[in-house]
Order: sequence, then C-alpha cells, then structure tokens
Amino acid sequence: MPLGRLAGWLMLAPALALLFGVFLLPIGWFLAGSLTDFASFAEFWEEAQDVLFSGTILRVLLNTNGIGAAVTLLVLVIGYPVSYALSRAKGLVFTAILLCIVLPYFTSTIVRTYAWMVLLGRTGLINQILLGLGLIDAPLELMYNRTGVIIGMTYVLLPYMVLTLFAAMKAVDPRLLQAAEGMGASPATVFFRVFMPLTLHGVIAGVLITFILAIGFFVTPALMGGPDDIMIAMLIEREVELTQNWPAAAMMTIVLLVVTLLLYAVYSRFADREAPR
Amino acid sequence: MSGSVDLDAVTKRYGSETVVAGVSLVIPEGEFFTLLGPSGSGKTTTLSMLAGFVVPDEGRVLLGGQDMTRVPPRGRGLGMVFQNYAIFPHLNVAENVAFPLTVKGASKAEIKARVAEALAMVKLTGFETRYARQLSGGQQQRVALARAIVGHPKVVLMDEPLGALDKNLRYHMQVEIKEIQQRLGMTVIYVTHDQEEALTMSDRIAIMNHGRIAQMGPPREVYENPESSFVASFLGEANLVKVRRDGETVRGPGGAPLVAARGALSANEGLVFVRPEKVKVAAGTAELRPNHLPGQVLHASFLGNIMRYAVSAADGATFFCDVANGAGTEIHRAGDAVTLSWRAEDSRLLGS
Repeated sequence: MPLGRLAGWLMLAPALALLFGVFLLPIGWFLAGSLTDFASFAEFWEEAQDVLFSGTILRVLLNTNGIGAAVTLLVLVIGYPVSYALSRAKGLVFTAILLCIVLPYFTSTIVRTYAWMVLLGRTGLINQILLGLGLIDAPLELMYNRTGVIIGMTYVLLPYMVLTLFAAMKAVDPRLLQAAEGMGASPATVFFRVFMPLTLHGVIAGVLITFILAIGFFVTPALMGGPDDIMIAMLIEREVELTQNWPAAAMMTIVLLVVTLLLYAVYSRFADREAPR
Repeated sequence: MSGSVDLDAVTKRYGSETVVAGVSLVIPEGEFFTLLGPSGSGKTTTLSMLAGFVVPDEGRVLLGGQDMTRVPPRGRGLGMVFQNYAIFPHLNVAENVAFPLTVKGASKAEIKARVAEALAMVKLTGFETRYARQLSGGQQQRVALARAIVGHPKVVLMDEPLGALDKNLRYHMQVEIKEIQQRLGMTVIYVTHDQEEALTMSDRIAIMNHGRIAQMGPPREVYENPESSFVASFLGEANLVKVRRDGETVRGPGGAPLVAARGALSANEGLVFVRPEKVKVAAGTAELRPNHLPGQVLHASFLGNIMRYAVSAADGATFFCDVANGAGTEIHRAGDAVTLSWRAEDSRLLGS
C-alpha cells in the first residue's frame, strides 16, 4: 500500500473506530438480538408481515414520506434564492448570511425546537402579533399539528440545502453567464438556460440529503406534532420504550436503514460530481 | 444598421484609478481593428464598453451610428468570442452554436441551417453532438468562433481569442479568422497583447498604454513610424539611441552626425529610432558621413534565417542589427571592427 493511502486510512481510523463503537456495533447487536428470538423463519416471516403490513405502519410510512416531501420542497424553494444570494455576496454580506445560516447549528435541535414553540404557540409571539394587528380573530393553530412539524423541520434542514446548493452555484463560472448575456440572452433566459442547468446536480444532491435527514427525524415531530403526525422514528422509539416489542422495532429500523442507504447511494453520485465541464 | 463602430471620448474609472481615459475611435464597416497593449493598458475595458458589460463614466458608444452607451449587451446585436471561449458545458457543440439564435427565438429550420453553415465555416461539421470536454483547445476555439458568427452579426468582438493556443495552431487560426472576416465582410474588434498577431491580422491597430491610445494606424505605419519610444519598443525590437542637438546638426554616439527623415527633437536631447533589420553592418572602419557609425561586434547570434549582431558604438551605446542570412552574406565575429549605417528614411527622431 502506498504511504499516502496508508496515511489516509490512519487519519480516518479514529472516526471509523468511533462510528463502529457507538453506531455499527450497537445497531448490529440490537438487530441480531431482536431477530434471533424467532424459532423458525416461518415464525419470523409471519411476524414481519404483521408488523410491516399493519395499518399503523402504513399510515406512519405515508406520514413520514408526506412530511419529508413537503419539507424538502419548502426547503428547496426557500433555500435556492438564499444560496444564490450567498454565492454572489462578498465580504461582510457573505459573512452575515453565512452566520445566519450556520449559527443555529451551535445550539441543539431541542433548544431550537422549544424556541419555535415559544413563537408558534396559541399565546405565542406570532399569534399575539396577528391578533394585536387585528388580522385574525382567533389564534391560529400553528403547533401540535402538521403545520408545526413542517415549519420546525424546514428550519432545521434549511442549512443542509443552502450549503449544498451554494457549493454547486459557486462552481458556476460567472464568465459563462456574462457570455450568455452578451449573446443576447435576457436575465431570465440566462437563469433558466444556463444557471439552472449548471446547478441542477446541486439541486438533486440537496433534495436527496434533505429528504434522507427528514425521514429519520424524531425530536421536532415529537415535540411540535400532533397525534396524526407520527413519523417512523417515533414509532420505532415507541416499540422500544413503551411496548418493548423489539423485533418489530428492529424490522422498522431495517426498513428505514435500507431506504436511507438506497437514497444515499443515489445522493453520493450527484454530490461527488463536480459541475459539468 | 451598418457595421461601423465609434467611441466618442469614453472614460472609465474604478475608484481613483482611470482605466480608460478619453478614448475616441472611428472604425468603418468591414475593418479588422486591433486594440494592442500590455496588460493593464485598458484594452479589455475598452472592449467591455463596446460589448456593454461596462458602462463608461463619460463619453458615448455608437454602433452603426446609433448611441448604444446605455444599452445592455443583449440589445447590441454583437458577436463575441471570449478569452476562455465560454463554451457552455451543459450544451453540445450544435446547441452552443445555436445559443444566440435560440435566445432570439429563431425558427427550428433557420437554426438548423445557420448552425450547419457556421460549423462548416470553422470546419467542425460532424462535431455537432460533442461536448466541450471532448474537444481540444483548438476545436473549442472554433466552436466559440462559430457561435460568434452564427447570427451574421455586423460587428464581432474578440478578446484574446488565441491566447491559449500553441504557436502553430495560433497561426492557422489567425489565417482562418481573417478569411472568415473577409468573406462575411464583418467588422472585427480584436484585443491582443501579441504584437505579431496584431501586425499579421489587422487593417488598423490602436496601441494602448495607461488607458490612452498611444498611436493608431495601419500595421506598417505604426511599425515603421512610431511616434513614441513606447510604441517603438512595444512593437518588435527597436534601437533607441541617445542623440543631442549641436546647432543645426543632430549628433549621435561619438558625435557622429545623424539625419532622420521624420520626427524632430523637442529639446536639446532625444532619441533616434531605427529597426534592427534596417541597420547595415559592413566590415572595416567608417569614413565620417551622416548615419555611419564605427563599432565593434559584441555578440553574433545565429538565428537561422537571420544573423543578429550586438554592436557597441561610442559612448557606451549598443545597437542590435538583424542581417538576413541570404546568399553570400558576410559573417562577422565578436571583436570585429565594423561600420553601422542606415538610411535617413528608415530612422526617426523622438522627443524622448
């Protein structure tokens, strides 16, 4: 093995050891322990069908995908112009936008979610302002329902989209845009025919990473959602903590893991690709 | 609209720095006009003002007689070749060449015919479905050229289009660009820092320095009759030797009397300009006649088709002399005593 590659692996070793110790090992243990309880494969298969094709899990999967899709779409719509501004900004403006995006990362998801609850509650800031202005007569239901989950998750996931798109947009050669303008293209044409196609791989990567993270969400839907907004991670937690049905939890974990890994395989193809040259 | 291009005293400042200072140009339709100058001389900014990417602080830009000073690039109808080619990586050759027509909303049939014609003109027929990354530098250059001419613009701007190509390819492309320009009768405004390229291709050259036009004229005129030492030394090799006035006579190194057909000394001291290839080198010592100087060969370099001599004359002056290596040419060696001479018509006095 050449020295460079050896050095590369050595530098990765601590991270790999950590991942193995706190992630791979426990999850393997949990899955093996839960699934070896079955006396025969037939027994396992029967249980698996019960768990995976029950009404509950189908509804939860539908919730998970629906919330994931809605959040991803919102994040894209909000994130694209922000990334664009960030990719064009210089100096202080650049730093200001970047700080606004990254700073919330320095606090935990739970703290940020509680902050949203202060804003969105029945007597929260937003409702008080709207009531005070006379724009509404009764407080809006912004929390403990789908709206609250989507607002909270959109906020948490926005930075992932913005930073992914930013990388793709920064890679676009501004001289190409100028050239297009010189050849008679209007600003809209420059955007749709040159800029957008050149950043499309970033959009795909951003959408996939956002969706992958969204379908595994737990804290935000647990705190800000209502009884109809149960997502798969919450269901898994309930099977482990409340009903103590570990085999069922293990099966759901496998479903989530497989879906995530499949999406990740697609994602890495787009994320690793540089802008087309 | 005709293909004439005028700049009327345009000035551009960035902060306290004046990049282009009151440049005026009158370029008739069909002319191959070159802006030549060192980097930072303002030639690219001048071109950008013609293109519309930069709005001048003062002055006007006229295309075909119409004031276009504040019209954005897309309203100017110019063809453009960019320094880095600016080929769209997500579009293939045919789509790239079609771009100026597509954004104008031309019909499919027209686009197809024009693209085929333009690609044939740059000898890229058969490359329609390739992408930039599958093309060599020379081929990318041709795509850029085809895209610039596809809409049959009256005026085409070219910003150092051959800068990235090797010498041989450059020469071929120079010939091809010139051919296409003449066939289509278009006005070309060409920016380069390569003086040889400017001399080969242009009808007229404007030599720029510090944001101003130092001199403007046909290649032979600016080469043989430079009005300043900057132009003289920027365009090829030049002997610029100190002279002083002595009554009615101009005296060079060692007090030798000099006669120049053009120029004059504004003060008591100045320079005489003569190109190396205009200086004759003869064996033996000179008799005292105007434009004849005694000297000694310092170096003799063999460059194939020419011999280049460095000859020291009196008062520490050094002359470079290029002698064609023709039939029966006498070869001098370092240390030989020689006489340098040139015709009054081939030299010029410069104020500084």
